[in-house]
Amino acid sequence: MSDSPKPAHRTPLTPRRCGLIIGASGGLGAALAKKLAGQETSLALVARSKDKLDALCRQINAKGGYALAYPHDVCDYDKVPDLLRKIVADLGGLDFVIYAAGINLPPGGIDRYNFENDRLMVEVNLIGAMAWLTPVAEMFQAAGAGQIVGIGSVAGDRGRVGNPGYNTSKAGLATYLEALRNRLTRRGVHVLTVKPGFMNTEMLKAAQGATPFVIEPEKAAEDIFKAMTKRKQVIYTASLWRWIMLAIQHTPSFIFRRLTF
Amino acid sequence: MSGNPEASKARTSMNLYETFTQLENFGHSLTSSCYRIRATNTEDIHEAFQLAKRLGLTVTARGTGISYNDASLNGGNIVLDMTGMDRILDWDPASGVVRCEAGVTLEDLWKRVEPDGWWPPVVSGTMKTTLGGCLGANIHGKNNFRVGTIGEHVTEFTAILPTGARVTCSPQKNADLFYAMIGGLGMLGVFTTMTLQMKRIYSGLIEVDAWHVKNLKHQLDSLLEHAPDHDYIVGWLDTTARGRSLGRGQIHAGRNLREGEDAQAQETMKLTYQHLPDRLFGVMPKALLHYFMNPFLNNFGVRLINAAKYMTALRDHTFRQSHAGFHFLLDYVPDWERSFGRGGLIQYQSFLPKETAENAWREMLVLSHRRGTPSYLGVTKRHRPDKFLLTHAVDGFSLAMDFKVSDGNRATLGTLLKDFDRIVLEAGGRFYFAKNSETSAETARAFLGEGVIAKFKKLKQRCDPNNLLESDLYRRIFKDIGP
Ligand SMILES: Cc1cc2nc3c(=O)[nH]c(=O)nc-3n(C[C@H](O)[C@H](O)[C@H](O)COP(=O)(O)OP(=O)(O)OC[C@H]3O[C@@H](n4cnc5c(N)ncnc54)[C@H](O)[C@@H]3O)c2cc1C
Ligand SMILES: NC(=O)c1ccc[n+]([C@@H]2O[C@H](COP(=O)([O-])OP(=O)(O)OC[C@H]3O[C@@H](n4cnc5c(N)ncnc54)[C@H](OP(=O)(O)O)[C@@H]3O)[C@@H](O)[C@H]2O)c1
Repeated sequence: MSDSPKPAHRTPLTPRRCGLIIGASGGLGAALAKKLAGQETSLALVARSKDKLDALCRQINAKGGYALAYPHDVCDYDKVPDLLRKIVADLGGLDFVIYAAGINLPPGGIDRYNFENDRLMVEVNLIGAMAWLTPVAEMFQAAGAGQIVGIGSVAGDRGRVGNPGYNTSKAGLATYLEALRNRLTRRGVHVLTVKPGFMNTEMLKAAQGATPFVIEPEKAAEDIFKAMTKRKQVIYTASLWRWIMLAIQHTPSFIFRRLTF
Repeated sequence: MSGNPEASKARTSMNLYETFTQLENFGHSLTSSCYRIRATNTEDIHEAFQLAKRLGLTVTARGTGISYNDASLNGGNIVLDMTGMDRILDWDPASGVVRCEAGVTLEDLWKRVEPDGWWPPVVSGTMKTTLGGCLGANIHGKNNFRVGTIGEHVTEFTAILPTGARVTCSPQKNADLFYAMIGGLGMLGVFTTMTLQMKRIYSGLIEVDAWHVKNLKHQLDSLLEHAPDHDYIVGWLDTTARGRSLGRGQIHAGRNLREGEDAQAQETMKLTYQHLPDRLFGVMPKALLHYFMNPFLNNFGVRLINAAKYMTALRDHTFRQSHAGFHFLLDYVPDWERSFGRGGLIQYQSFLPKETAENAWREMLVLSHRRGTPSYLGVTKRHRPDKFLLTHAVDGFSLAMDFKVSDGNRATLGTLLKDFDRIVLEAGGRFYFAKNSETSAETARAFLGEGVIAKFKKLKQRCDPNNLLESDLYRRIFKDIGP
C-alpha cells in the first residue's frame, strides 16, 4: 500500500469508527471521505481510479487521518466478498458503509435510446450497490449494529423523458434501500437514503438542460454527516429539493407526459 | 491433523458474515466487531487456524471476555470463543488436583472443589473468568505476596499452536513455553486443558480483620507489615481524599481457618452456605442497584461516597465471612460497571517497588485531582516477583484505579495516563496487560526490557510464524514493539 497511514489503535480514550466509502475517488464520495476523516474515523476508499484514490489517501493521511485505497470496479461483483473481508480486517472492524458510486450516461436526446448505457447505469448504480450491500447487510444484521448510506438521486423519484435508465437505476436503489431499512431497523442497523439534487461534480457536466440549485459536494457531505449522526431515514440535499420533489411527485401524469425535463 | 471431513466442510461453506458480532471490553468503554466462532473441541481450534490462514485473517482466543481492555478483542478478524470447552475432566478430592478444559470458569471450579474441602489457590475479584483467560493474563489474587500468580499452581497445560502442533508444557517440560504462554495473553497458542493444584481449607469461612488507615504511608506500611501474618490482604484507597488524608482507606486482611477453628465447619463448607445473597441488605434486588448508583458516579457524588465509606471504615473490627463473599465482592452487584454511564470505565493498575510506591502514587493522586479527573475507586495489594516472561509483578504493591470515561474527559484522561506511565516507569514500576487499555509499545518496551522482548519475539516466530494469533492488544503493543 502506498503511503500507509500511521496505525490508529482503538482504545477507550481514543475511540475510532471504521467506514467504507464506495465511489470515493471524486465528487461527493471524495468530499465525504475528507469530512469523515476528520471525525476519528478510519476509512477504506473504493473506486476504479487508483491514482486519484492514492492522492486522496495521501492528502488525508498527511493531515493525521487514516485512509486506505482499494482500486476496484463495482461491476466485478464476484470480487466483492473477498475485498470486503480484506477491508474489514485492514480497518479492524466496520461501522458504516456509504455507497456513492454512480454514473450518468444520458441517451443524447428525449427521442434517443441506448441500451448499452442503460445497462451500465443499472450495473453500477443498482447492481453494484446490491453486490456490496448484501454482505454488509448480513454482517450488520448479525452484529445488531452499523449504518448503511446509499446515494440515490432526485432523479429516482419520477420517470422522466431525459434519462429513463438513470431514473430507473436510482428508483431501484431507493426501493432497495427502503427494503433494507424495513428489514434492518429492527436489528439495530441504520439505513439512510440520500437524494441529492444537483452537485457541482464531474457528473454535472453530463447533465443536459437546466441545473438549478447546484450545491458544492462539500455541502452535501456536511448534510449527510449530520443525517448519519441523527439517524435520519431519507434526506434531500439541498433540503429544498424535498419540497420541489413533493410537487413533482404529485404532478398528475397527464401534465407530466407533456413536460420536456 | 486428521479431523472430521464433514465438520470441516460445514465450516468451509459456513457464512462468515453471520458470525459478525459487536464485542465489548469489561467496562463497556470499547467496542470491536469480530467474527465470533465457537470452539467446543480441539478440532474446532485447528479449523479456526486453517480458516484464518485461508482467508487472510487472524485469531484471538476469548474466554468470558471480561478483561478491562482489548486483550480478547480482534477487530475485523476472528474471535475464538472458548466458553464452550467447559468440562472439568478430572477432580481428585484426595490430592486436590483438578484437570479442566480452558473454558471452565472460576465459578464452575470453586463450586466443584469447595464442598470437598478445597479452594482455588488464586482467584480474581470476579468468579466469571475462565481458566484460559486466567492463565492468559496470569492473574493474581489478594494472596499474591504469599502464593504468587495462578501460573505457579499450574502443574501442566496442553495447548494448540498456530502451526498446528499440540504441546504439553510444565515447569519441567517445554519450560520456556510454560513461562511465556502463561501471562502471554493468547499471543503464542491456545490453551486447551490445564491441571491445577487446589488449596486445602478446613472451614467455609475466612477470618477477616478490617481496620482504617489515615493516609498513603499508613496504607502501604500496613500492607507491608500485616501481610506476613495473613493469607490475604487488600486495601481500599479513597482516591478522592486530599491533603493530609491523601491515600486514606481501609485494609481487609483475611486468614484461612485452621483445622478445628470452625466448630460448624460441616455446615459452612456446604455450597449453599457460600451462595451470594440475591438482595442487598435483604431488600434491594441487586440487579437494580446500578441504577441507584448512577447518580453518584460523578466527581462530586464519588467524593461523598468515598467519604461515607471512610466514616464507616473507622470502626476497626474482626469478622468471619464465606470464601465466596470475601473473594467475589464485585459479583454481589451484577452489572455494577453499567452505573458508569455511556462512556464506560477503564482501570489503570500500576505495580511499584515498595521503596518508590509512596512517592509515585502521591504524585499521581495529586495530579489526578489537579487535572479534575479523579479516579472513582482505588484498590491496593501486596505483591511478589515471579518468573513469567511478561510478568507484571514486583516486590512491592499495586494500585488499581477506576476512571469513568465520558466524551468530555477522554483527552484530559489520556494526557493524565501518559503522565502516570512516565511516573511509574521512572519509579521502576510495571503494568498489567489485562487491565490498562492505553499502554503504548514504547511504555511496554521500557518496563519489559529489550531482553524479554527479544525472547518473546523469538518464541512468537517459533510458535506462530504466520502471525495467525493477533488481538487488538497485540497490534497495539507487541506487533511493532521494536528491534
Ligand atoms: C470485576 C473484575 C475483577 C478482576 N479482578 C482481578 C484480580 O483480582 N486479579 C487479576 O489478576 N485480574 C483481575 N481481573 C482481570 C481478569 O481476571 C482477567 O482479565 C482475565 O483474563 C479475564 O478472564 P476471561 O476469561 O474473561 O479472559 P478474556 O478477557 O477472554 O481473555 C484474557 C486473555 O487471555 C487470552 N485467552 C483467553 N482464553 C484463552 C485460551 N483458551 N488460550 C489462550 N489464551 C486465552 C485472551 O486472548 C486474552 O489475551 C478482574 C476483572 C474484572 C472484570
Ligand atoms: N452530481 C450530481 O448532480 C448528482 C445528483 C444526484 C445524485 N448524484 C449521485 O451522487 C453520487 C456521486 O456522484 P458525483 O456527483 O460525485 O459523481 P462523480 O464525481 O462522477 O463520482 C462518481 C464516483 O463513482 C465512482 N465510480 C463510477 N463508476 C464506478 C465503477 N464502475 N466502479 C467503482 N467506482 C465507480 C467514480 O470513481 P472512478 O471513476 O474512479 O471509478 C467516482 O468516485 C452518484 O451516485 C450520483 O449518481 C449526483
